[in-house]
Amino acid sequence: MTTDILVIGSGGAGLTAALEAKVNNTRVTVVSKCYPTNSQTCQAQGGINAVLETTKNDSIEKFIEDTFTASKGIASKSNIKKMCQASKEIITWLDDIAVPFSKDERNSIAQRKFGGTKAKRTCYSSDYTGLKILHTLYDQCIKNKIEFLNEYFLLDFIKEDESIYGAVFLDIKTLDVIKIYAKNVILASGGYAGIYENNTTNSSFTTSEALVKAYKNEATLSNLEFVQFHPTAIEGTNTLISESARAEGAYLVDEEGNRFIDELKSRDEVSRAISEKLLNNEKVFLDLRHLDEKLINELLPQEKQLAKTFKDIDISKELLPIVSAAHYSMGGILCDENAKTSLKNLFVCGECAQGNVHGANRLGGNSLLEVIYLAKKAGNSAYQNLQSATIKEDIKTVDFEKSIEDILSNKNIINVSKEKKEFGERLFKALGVFKDEISMKTLLSYLEELEQKLKVSTIEDKSRVYNKSFIEFLEFKESVYMAKLIAKCALERKESRGAHFRTDFKEEKEEFAKISIVKYEKEQDIISYEDAV
Amino acid sequence: MKIKVSRFNQEKTLIEEFEVKENKTLLENLVEIKQDKDSTLTFKHGCRSGVCGCCSVRVNGQERLACKTKLKENDLVEPLKNYEVLKDLVVDTSKEEELLTKTNSFLHKKEDVSISIKDEKQIERQSNCILCQSCYSSCPIYEVNENFLGPYALTRALRYVDDKKEGDKLAILASIQEDGIWDCTLCGNCTFVCPQAIDPKMDITNLRMKSAQSGFEDKSMQNYNSFNSGFDPMGGFNPNGF
Repeated sequence: MTTDILVIGSGGAGLTAALEAKVNNTRVTVVSKCYPTNSQTCQAQGGINAVLETTKNDSIEKFIEDTFTASKGIASKSNIKKMCQASKEIITWLDDIAVPFSKDERNSIAQRKFGGTKAKRTCYSSDYTGLKILHTLYDQCIKNKIEFLNEYFLLDFIKEDESIYGAVFLDIKTLDVIKIYAKNVILASGGYAGIYENNTTNSSFTTSEALVKAYKNEATLSNLEFVQFHPTAIEGTNTLISESARAEGAYLVDEEGNRFIDELKSRDEVSRAISEKLLNNEKVFLDLRHLDEKLINELLPQEKQLAKTFKDIDISKELLPIVSAAHYSMGGILCDENAKTSLKNLFVCGECAQGNVHGANRLGGNSLLEVIYLAKKAGNSAYQNLQSATIKEDIKTVDFEKSIEDILSNKNIINVSKEKKEFGERLFKALGVFKDEISMKTLLSYLEELEQKLKVSTIEDKSRVYNKSFIEFLEFKESVYMAKLIAKCALERKESRGAHFRTDFKEEKEEFAKISIVKYEKEQDIISYEDAV
Repeated sequence: MKIKVSRFNQEKTLIEEFEVKENKTLLENLVEIKQDKDSTLTFKHGCRSGVCGCCSVRVNGQERLACKTKLKENDLVEPLKNYEVLKDLVVDTSKEEELLTKTNSFLHKKEDVSISIKDEKQIERQSNCILCQSCYSSCPIYEVNENFLGPYALTRALRYVDDKKEGDKLAILASIQEDGIWDCTLCGNCTFVCPQAIDPKMDITNLRMKSAQSGFEDKSMQNYNSFNSGFDPMGGFNPNGF
């Protein structure tokens, strides 16, 4: 089939980009490996940052400064400035399409204070902000007759020379190969922190294959070593407890009940303080007992429910044991301020994009803002690009039918779920909150071996109907590749900066005050550094 | 502890028994079964925290999110009802988009009004819907009317009808008269199974009231007048009854 604009991914970014690109009779097709409201965006709880007319004691300048400071100097001040300046307009747009933001007594959109910020700047819908934004966007897509193709898995992009002309998918329901030719492609496939199996707050859908596919098609990736670890996930299940808990006054305490860090420092610092204790075999707790129960019920209903469901703990009366978990990818496919990538006709937005606004550390509340901001740029850029782009159906692609048959006919059966469990543990240990050269090199050898093993492996389930094991096998292969790329970039950055902390190089170094770049050239990963401009 | 899991492979349904751990969630147990006992077991899951809505199944006939459910001895786990089963616990939920489209559940025309805390609270519960399809599966109407708009789509309709920002409530109300609010028997199954504590039954009642107030024909009166119990001894189930 053909379409004007193919959007891959149906989270907040994909849906926003689709809405922005749907001008006049543009044909916009959103393809997703799940259903739109299953996407990761629904898990963004705490809020979205903005400076509004009604915001007190804040300014665009302070917002820019906080974001740049958190980035540890490797974001683009100009890009941050444009995003912060657009924040009010973005909230107004979301409000106009009926996102039900929480209100204050003066009927203005309520705001709370997040970590690393100077003011109450985070707009929210109780602690269901992402869920309500995502569902409202979905409703608008239905209104605007955006075409959806659900449960399609991305196999590859269709590329000729340096241009993208569509993508090839696997229909998960039937394992049929489907080619979609498009004038433009917007990739909004989510981040890669989800590959830290069992040690992540991310959805099991976020498995990084689209990033790897873009990379192998020679899109430039950047800042992969900056994986954000969220300070507070429920011990044992890694379920996210939103920063809104600390924003509303929750404490972090040790086994003796002592607070050990300013809870509203940036996420990298708080995560390190917590991880140090955990590595020391001490326990860490989130303490909300001193907060008014009414406030918890009104502003943190989801957190209360999650603690009850997963730990049988009433947060208004008991301490909640927590751990840090892989949460957000600051790195991704490098794009310019208009969401353009190094490949012609390919635009990116959402967590898979590296738009130079988060640098080494993202502020809470800035991801949803960037999701909407960059997705609007991507949608608009793709629409503008329609004039010069064409459908090109004569491009040859790999014989995917044959490669599927090849995998299914391999001899060595592996259990992907079991392999993923070990993979996640080793990844978290060697490429987690703390890293060093020896552990990362050991990890790389394990990853190389695993990659070789997967090349000759297959799965037990040979069915062609909803073969989820097969999809998980394909996802896992790309996750292993992604892990290798992250490890290589982390090894190369011989310093500590933001979320990237090396125990063998504990200080920030001036020579690394740059973004990292990784390119696939002649089957080699070439890493270099550039200034963020 | 043993649980029973429904398996379907396009040809037949089998109930299989698995040994699982008592203190874990259903989802954790399903993942462990896939890891240690049978790698072909097929089910869906995403966020593991009850907000993405893709892991809903039935436990002993009642709709539950696998990620938030703890099991008991001999529990029976089955796929959702009213949808085609694709494999094991996975069903085809592609009808979702069609139902939401038919109910016109989106903002039509923005009113420039001030929204208070109270106004926002008015739609808070309905806008907490995660589209997990539990209510759809629990609804008895689909057995007799596959075109029924159903609980989540109608709750979403009310979410916009009750939104003070909506300037064209009639557009939504008009779209839910046929195969919609009057076809519901108000049995309350949907309310009982909603993991987000939404009450679609009450939402549908509200929509009936608002429809009648807006001049739409109150079809519930026809049912009252006919003394119809909902179950016709001659012809089976009548969805318009009470």
